[in-house]
Parts: sequence; C-alpha cells; structure tokens
Amino acid sequence: MESKGYLWTRRSVGLVSLILVVATVIYGLWITPPDVIQGNLVRLIYVHPPVAWVAYLAYGVTSIASVLYLWKRTRNIKWDLLAASSAEVGVIFTGLTLITGSIWGRPAWGVWWTWDARLTTTALLFVLYLGYLALRRVPADNHRRATRSAIAGLVAFVDVPIVHQSVVWWRTLHQSATVLNSSLSLKIHGVMAWTLLLGFIAFTFVYVWMLMHRYEIATIEQEALDAELEQLLEERQHESEIELAEDVLGDAQVDQPSKVY
Amino acid sequence: MWRDVILIAVKDLRIELRSKVTANQILPFSLVVLIIFAFALDTSPATLQKVAPGLFWVAVLFSAIFSVERATAIESDQNAGDGLLIYGVDPGGIFLGKVLSTFIQLFFLEVVLLAGVVVLYSPKVAGWPLVLLSSLFATLGICGAGVMYSQLASGSKAKQTLLPLLLIPIVSPVLLAGTKAWQDGFSGSGTLGDPWLRLLIIFAVVYLALGTIFYSAILED
Repeated sequence: MESKGYLWTRRSVGLVSLILVVATVIYGLWITPPDVIQGNLVRLIYVHPPVAWVAYLAYGVTSIASVLYLWKRTRNIKWDLLAASSAEVGVIFTGLTLITGSIWGRPAWGVWWTWDARLTTTALLFVLYLGYLALRRVPADNHRRATRSAIAGLVAFVDVPIVHQSVVWWRTLHQSATVLNSSLSLKIHGVMAWTLLLGFIAFTFVYVWMLMHRYEIATIEQEALDAELEQLLEERQHESEIELAEDVLGDAQVDQPSKVY
Repeated sequence: MWRDVILIAVKDLRIELRSKVTANQILPFSLVVLIIFAFALDTSPATLQKVAPGLFWVAVLFSAIFSVERATAIESDQNAGDGLLIYGVDPGGIFLGKVLSTFIQLFFLEVVLLAGVVVLYSPKVAGWPLVLLSSLFATLGICGAGVMYSQLASGSKAKQTLLPLLLIPIVSPVLLAGTKAWQDGFSGSGTLGDPWLRLLIIFAVVYLALGTIFYSAILED
C-alpha cells in the first residue's frame, strides 16, 4: 500500500489542490467583480456549484466501484474500500452543498431553507448516503459487508433520478443550471466564468486528494483487522495445543499408578 | 420460480394468520398514528381534509417498516432462510413471495386505515379508480424496496434502528407520489393517466426488478 509512487502522487495532488484553492479564493474574493444584482453574494457561486458537482462525482465513483465489486470477474475488496471512501467524502460534500446553499439562500431568498426540487433532492441524497455509511458499520465479515454495501450503494444511486423527478414535479423554484443549460451557451462571462471553472477544477482536485487519503486509511484499517483476526486464530490454536498436551500429560500421570499395581 | 412465489407467500400468510402480528399490533398502531396526527395538527375539518392523503401515506409507511421487518425476521429464526435455500427454493421466488405476502397484509391494513381516514377526517373522495390504482402500485413499491432493504439490514443488532434510516429516504418518492395521486383522486381532478400514478408504477417495477436480481446475492452473502 505504502508504495512510493502512491505517496508521491497523493502529495502532488495535495499540493496542486492547495494552490488551486488559494487561487480560487484570491480570484473569487478580490479579482472578480461583484454582480450587478446580487452584489458580493455572487461570490458563493465559485464554491457552491463546484462542491455540489464533487458530491455527485463522489457518488458516481461509489456506484462504479460497487458494480465492479458485484461483478465476479473484477471482484476485489479494494473496490469495496474505494466505494466506502468515496461515499464518505461525498457525504461531506453534500453537507457542504447544503450549508453553502443555505448561506446563499438566506440573503437571496430570505429563508435558510425552501422546499425547492434541487434542495429537497440534495437533502434526501444526504440521508440516503448516511444510511449507506450506517449499513457499512454493521459488523460482518468482509465479503458479506462488501456485497451488502455494494447493493445498497447501487440501489441508492438508481433511486436518485426517481427522487429527483418526483420533487421536480412537486415544486420548482431553483434557478436553472447556469453553465450547462440546454443551449450549452455560457450565461456568465469573462473572469467570472473562468473563476467558476477554476473552482470546479480546484474542488475536484481536493476530492481526489481526500479520496486518496481516505482510501489509504481504509486499506490500513482492513489490514489491521485481518492481522488481528489472524493473531487471534493463532492464539486459539496455541491454546488448544497446550490443552491437548495437558490432556496427554494428565492421562500419563493417571496411567502410572495403574502400572505399579 | 412462480411456484416458489406462491409457496413462500402462502407460508408467510399462514404464519400471520396464526401469530396475528399485523392484525393485532401493526394495524392498531397505524390507527394510533391517525389519531395522534389529529392531536398534532388541528381538529378543524378543513385542515384534516386537506392533509388526509399525506397522513394516510405516512401512517402506511410507518406500518410498512414493521411489516417488512417482520417478513424477514421470521426467516432469521433458527436460520430458516438458509434452510429455504438448501431446499432449493429460488431466491427471486423468496423475494417475490415475501413481497406478495406483505403486500396482501399491507393492503388489508390500508383498507381499514382508509375507513379510519374517512371516519376521522371526513374527506370527500371523488375519483375512486385513481385512489385504488395508485394505492396498489404504491404498496407494491413500498413492499419491493422494503423487503429488499430489510434483508440487507438483517442479521445486525441495529436492524430496528437502521431499517427506517435506510428505507424512508428510498421510498420517499412513493410517499410523495402516493399523496399527490390521492389528492388528485380525492378532488376528482386526476385521470388514470395521472403522472403520479406513472411514477408509482415505474418505482414498483424498478424495485421489484432490482430485488429479484439482487436477492440471491443478499441471501447468500
């Protein structure tokens, strides 16, 4: 696990994300102009959509890793650990999405929360994957836990479009997608668009860096667990050997007097 | 496989007829929920009539959690579930059989609960076909997702607390669509082409398919 290549990749990704985040902060807070209508509030746009994108990306990775675990040809415990790590990072970013959205919503809409379609979907997504993480904590052997989690992860992902469609019909108030609208033309211009793009790249790098860290921890935890189990088995075997030896010895002692007679 | 479906469903229903857990515990519970909703909201007829469909489906959802929990719990006693697999019962058949048996139990519960809603909240129901059809598919969806998740969470000591956390977000579209379809049905404005009914059908089909595919992996894990 602790190969030099992995370590260096992780560190480089970490360094790049740090630089990109600093650049996003500088551009977002000082270089870009305030919006005509929203004023300084618009600066949250460099954080909120990128964070939401990372959440979806993370759940996408969880689903792909889950499929790869369920498929017998590619079955490997590593996919399970990757799915878990990505889901955990995803939950954090979903939480951040909700928080940054609320911070923006309070001055813009006048409320911390509104029952808009996208907000509701995100909130449900948050609890959906909290459930996934809770299921992972149920004690079971590796394969059992991995299979269950993979199915739960996949089913949760299948549920997302259904949940989304249902709440879209329910109510819609959120502004439509800014960058990827149907005509694929940018609605915002110049330095603001570039800063938004920078934000997307920066947070994606942060995600990869966090994922690599979490995955490493998961692998080490798994190794420790396996080692512990092996040690326990060895100890048990050792104990039974001693018991066996005592039994044999005990029999011999009982036998002796009978031989005298 | 279809023989197994009937076999399991009949077996589970026979256990229910003898133990009467749904009839004696889950059904009264759902009625209690109806009553406490009136405490929590308001007893004015206008309010209760307006929220009746939503309250009905929340009560059904709470009851369903107990029902599906029970459906898989009867197999974890003395590893009965492993026994079924050794006898060669098709895992997909076990799943669909359990869905069928919980579906029948829940549907009876809904009939009584609907009577309770009509008596306690006195709503006017104009479009019965939509109400009935949406109930059928909503219940199928809840049972499909419920049995699958109940089996996923089984074998853990935390099951009773874990299952609601897993299941409620998953079936939230059913709650939403069921409520909306009922509102349309109650007001008489909905037809059988109601988009909410379509959503309920899609949900039911998706979860029955997912459950049939994955149930063997969940059971044999």
